[in-house]
Amino acid sequence: MKVSELVKQKPFVLLNESVDTNREIETGYVGDLLSWVMANADNGCAWVTIQTHLNTIAVATLLEMACIIIPEDADVEVETIAKATEEGIPIIKTALNAYEVCTFLGNLGIQ
Amino acid sequence: MNYKVNFEVEKDDFEKAGEASRKIKKTLKQLGVDNKTIRHIAIAGYEGEMNLAIHSDGGEIILEVSSEKINLTIQDVGPGIPDLDLAMTEGYSTASDKVREMGFGAGMGLPNMEKNADFFEIHSKVGKGTKIQMSFNLK
Repeated sequence: MKVSELVKQKPFVLLNESVDTNREIETGYVGDLLSWVMANADNGCAWVTIQTHLNTIAVATLLEMACIIIPEDADVEVETIAKATEEGIPIIKTALNAYEVCTFLGNLGIQ
Repeated sequence: MNYKVNFEVEKDDFEKAGEASRKIKKTLKQLGVDNKTIRHIAIAGYEGEMNLAIHSDGGEIILEVSSEKINLTIQDVGPGIPDLDLAMTEGYSTASDKVREMGFGAGMGLPNMEKNADFFEIHSKVGKGTKIQMSFNLK
């Protein structure tokens, strides 16, 4: 599934609309410890994290992630959104919690 | 070495932290290095860069590329690590609460570097600084 298709789903809102969303979501990953995520997340994943500061964009860029999903409507810093746009990383916000995001993605066929 | 470049990393500069790793990755892509090796170097480089920002008094990352291997050197001007064995233990961290809230300080930085590099060596002297040398073989 492409990021563009995911953000058409009702619970998800793309925060940086100018970014390219043609990227395929190959898998998902959940985690807030950045070193753990760096070590274990796959390239091309949708990363679910409650971390919203600038450094998440460095992690997502280095691992060539498909997108970042911020659960529970957590506020995302303006600087983070700007950096994500600069680096071409879609940031998606949702009211769902991390577990609900995972089940939602799983039901869409993302393994 | 055919190519060499330095990146300075300042103490506590979390806003810029990650920039050097991004530039290294971009450089390696342009040089046509394979994706798997780039991933290893990106992880090790990022961990090194964050360690410089979080723990050091400032330092630099040196990238050297030849046809056989890529060397990554992470060195700082202090404060040095008193117990290297403890610092290399997965899960051990001296990061502050503020830094931990940002998702750092998992105690995985040095172990992640060692796991991803084909060669890893660390030397440290309290009051002087720390130097990490890593190599990644090119197949």
